[in-house]
Amino acid sequence: MMNLLLDDLPALQVMLPLLCAPLCFILRIKGLPWLIAFVTSILTFAVSFMLFNQVADGDILSYAMGGWAPPWGIEYRVDRLNSFFMLLISGIGVVALLFARKSVDSEIIACKQSIFYSAFMLCLAGLLGILITGDAFNVFVFLEISALSSYVLISFGQDRRALTATFQYLIMGTIGATMILIGLGFMYMMTGTLNMADLATRLPEVMNTNTIRTAFAFIVIGASIKLALFPLHIWLPNAYSYAPSVVTVFLAATSTKVALYVLLRFVFTVFGAEFAFGEMPLQHILMFMAVLAVLTGSLCAVFQTNIKHVLAYSSIGQIGYMVIGVALLTTTGLAAGILHVFNHAIMKACLFLAIGCVYYRHGSARIEDFKGIGKTMPWTMAAFVIGGLGLIGMPLTVGFISKWYLVIAAMEQGAIGAVTISIILIGSLLAVAYVWRIVEVAYFNEPTKEKAKIKEAPLALLIPTWIMALATIYFGIKTDFSVIAATNAATTLMGAK
Amino acid sequence: MDTIAGLFNYWIVIVLMMIGFYVVIADSNLIKKIIGLNIFQTSVFILYISVAKIDGGAAPILEDGITNYVNPLPHVLILTAIVVGIATTALGLALIVRIKEAYNTIEEDEIHEKDGTL
Amino acid sequence: MEMLPISFEKAMLMSMALPLITAGLVKLFGNKPNLRETITLTGATATFLSVLILLEAVLNNNGPSYTFGALIPGLDLKLQVEPLGMLFALIASFLWIITTIYAIGYMRGNKESNQTRFFICFALAICFTLGIAFAANLLTLFVFYELLTLSTYPLVAHAGTEKAKRGARIYLSILLTTSIAFFLPAIIWTYHMAGTTDFALGGIFPAETGHLALGILLILFCFGVGKAALMPFHRWLPSAMVAPTPVSALLHAVAVVKAGVFTILKIMVFVFGADLLTELPARDIMLYVAGASILLSSLIAIAQDNLKARLAYSTISQLGYVTLGALLAIDVATVGSTMHIAMHAFGKITLFFCAGAIYVAAKKTEISDMRGLGKAMPFTMFAFFIGSLSIIGLPPTGGTWSKWYLMLGSLDTGHLILMGVLMVSSLLNIAYLLPIPMRAFFGKEAEASKAKLKEAPWPMLLAMGVTVTGCIALFLFPQPLFELASMLTMEEKVNG
Repeated sequence: MMNLLLDDLPALQVMLPLLCAPLCFILRIKGLPWLIAFVTSILTFAVSFMLFNQVADGDILSYAMGGWAPPWGIEYRVDRLNSFFMLLISGIGVVALLFARKSVDSEIIACKQSIFYSAFMLCLAGLLGILITGDAFNVFVFLEISALSSYVLISFGQDRRALTATFQYLIMGTIGATMILIGLGFMYMMTGTLNMADLATRLPEVMNTNTIRTAFAFIVIGASIKLALFPLHIWLPNAYSYAPSVVTVFLAATSTKVALYVLLRFVFTVFGAEFAFGEMPLQHILMFMAVLAVLTGSLCAVFQTNIKHVLAYSSIGQIGYMVIGVALLTTTGLAAGILHVFNHAIMKACLFLAIGCVYYRHGSARIEDFKGIGKTMPWTMAAFVIGGLGLIGMPLTVGFISKWYLVIAAMEQGAIGAVTISIILIGSLLAVAYVWRIVEVAYFNEPTKEKAKIKEAPLALLIPTWIMALATIYFGIKTDFSVIAATNAATTLMGAK
Repeated sequence: MDTIAGLFNYWIVIVLMMIGFYVVIADSNLIKKIIGLNIFQTSVFILYISVAKIDGGAAPILEDGITNYVNPLPHVLILTAIVVGIATTALGLALIVRIKEAYNTIEEDEIHEKDGTL
Repeated sequence: MEMLPISFEKAMLMSMALPLITAGLVKLFGNKPNLRETITLTGATATFLSVLILLEAVLNNNGPSYTFGALIPGLDLKLQVEPLGMLFALIASFLWIITTIYAIGYMRGNKESNQTRFFICFALAICFTLGIAFAANLLTLFVFYELLTLSTYPLVAHAGTEKAKRGARIYLSILLTTSIAFFLPAIIWTYHMAGTTDFALGGIFPAETGHLALGILLILFCFGVGKAALMPFHRWLPSAMVAPTPVSALLHAVAVVKAGVFTILKIMVFVFGADLLTELPARDIMLYVAGASILLSSLIAIAQDNLKARLAYSTISQLGYVTLGALLAIDVATVGSTMHIAMHAFGKITLFFCAGAIYVAAKKTEISDMRGLGKAMPFTMFAFFIGSLSIIGLPPTGGTWSKWYLMLGSLDTGHLILMGVLMVSSLLNIAYLLPIPMRAFFGKEAEASKAKLKEAPWPMLLAMGVTVTGCIALFLFPQPLFELASMLTMEEKVNG
């Protein structure tokens, strides 16, 4: 029995949250949906962990869904790249759900909570599905599952602007997904297969056709919309800002990361770097967009008054860093990009969790609410400072490690690298500006009268916040795990073709 | 001539797609945006279906004497995509209902006006 | 060695742990001022003693080292005590005691708020300063360098007023900007070219490294270490003058600027090495930048009427001396630079202590108001006089020696212009420092200040007494300092 379960780990990775979603919906007893979701997320994390260890040596785990052998059936394929991503996503899921109980209680009325948790589980299932599947069409299906459920999640926001933000996200997200669908259709036309590994072997014969070039363009743009790569980012700031706190935490740390994975998987594994960067000018496009993303994202963040907006724009800039790493097109660069995915997920989760604590007490997260918060909510603010130092890239936080590797990777490129390095560092300086503005208000302003009585956030919220804050420091000091995992993932990608 | 008449299905796809895309971008009425999105998606469905067609092919049903049949896989795929499309539309419409309740309008520019954005 | 109860390695770790523990205890007993300050004093003394233990090891050429583990695979977070770091650690930990005594008097006398936060950040700053002093590679140094910036930020912004916040913002932004934009890439580049960032006497670059790249690197390092306040990245120092005076003492004498010039000196001696440095054309550029920095800031200092601002610009020019000596890259100048770190520390801290005492006792900040103050505060003004002599470089104060060696250095290398710069700057020092005690003693008292003025509280006077004695003692007994400094050059000869 146990062996059977172990063999089916790849299926369980997706099925666990997927099956638990209706359970959450049906069992509408107070507190129960949360419990189901939380336990499931822990199990899912355990599965990710086991899968991560199974492929750590460089093996590839192939699982035929329903017993239909690939390329006809749907294949789940675990390697060092997606297992690392799955570990991250499911881990963030656990922490977010730990935070959710108290936070959701205060933000979402009781009778709708079961819907909320079932959407949450669907979202988790969708994200993990995108990562694990080896079937290109399956990517689209899971992409839509995660997208539809995240629209639902965001629309739970208390502000009415959550609705318009969701609508905008829905329109853009659907266009992005449909573009990926078009690309898949063109590829199927030329090769007659949808299995990624199979596609990779068959595509080279038809590589020189306009059909494949078009397919490539559609998929890259589709994934870039989901990734919120500048200038396709306009859905992101409002969606992050008006969503319930816990949703912001989860989506900010996961959804764009998974979109980056989709981009990496198609570009490197399916099309191959040679085609993508040799035949198509993807490198220049990505680099150009990433540089603009870093500059505009960080610059916009400086001028926001809603702190959630600050962090959302900062995310756009940080996505730019990841893409810079990818666009350097070396194993080091790719590893730096993937490392930053991991590191950024941790520190952004920490920051948004801290914001969630503030929101819980103040009911909003504008810069005025932060006045004197260093005194009234010292633990929350300390976690925020740790996360903020991570964004700046201070030593002993994860942000420093990302920056170090990005700069090293850029340095290998000579003169072009120098420009890249200066962009990376300018972004870092802008981060000082937008983070320190908040820190200064929090510690060196007195709270207004009615806000002075506000107490520290409850322990149920502080614990997950501090888990992430400590992770920000831990993975900034004990870096071998993340660095080795990211390097392995990068070698897997580069070696794929 | 071949490129126009022979590939007419693709032309239809492109025209539909652009109509849908234009409506999504240009129209400020949220319902119309959803309709545009539907047209946009439908064009892709047609792309898939028309690709599956084989000249003189019969329906892909297992029966004696039929050797030439159309590719069933795209149909199946598009069935999934249609379901996804319906879910998206339903969700979009539900959102519009909520937006109407919250803003008392479904015109994008008026919503922006009420929020004080733009 | 058996006499000692603990090993050198443990003493080194202790010296860094003690300030941390002190900070924790201060936090714990923040609401009991007497206990809190006793803890700080005890912690400071214990820290100094554990640093002192290390001296024997260093003099035997046997400085302990300790590896915390890899921060980045292949790059360790590592400590290693060597003579230069030893000297810096001794100064910092000794002056911590004195500054604490002084701060107790100042903070109470001035009824400052948030005193607990003040003492915590102060202790943290000392811990990170020792980290800089003992760092065994550039990465470790950088880690503590940034931590020092962060831990001193709350001190600069202490008052919480709009002016204090603005000053702190400039402080933080310049220090972080230079370190992120120049220092960090320079470190990574060094790692990229040399394959290591571990300090080694005589330099770490392979012989075939291109001189153009090294030249750019040198410039990046010189400007990147913003704490050394080389013009044009000096603005943070005058801005940080909004802080309470003990903080100014910390910034100018104990930790921050000293960390800056220490880093410069360390990089010149242990990363580039004297031989390589003299071959770089960029070195000459930087020499003249340092020279210009010395002269310009001295000239600006003369125009300042605010006492602390004048002292701040004086610091900038004195830091230029150390940078200049480090860049000259010959034994005499290196010794001069090393000694100047100590001499300037004692001289400048005395001057700041006096400025603070004048502020607490008479609430005066402008030099023009200090006429005739010598009658009411003779001790303070006498201390100011001695401190000024040390900065100028006149006997009977320690500053004489370091200036002597620096001048010898510029003479030996044939940089007569720089020699001239040093001499003109000394004259300027006289012009902007000596009139202050002179007018205080011999000038006519202003009418308004006839009110009865007294000396500052006794802990402040005590602290001043110690530093003044220090200034004079360093003149009479410079030998230990000289030996420690010349270990740097002797080892280099053995190795090179």
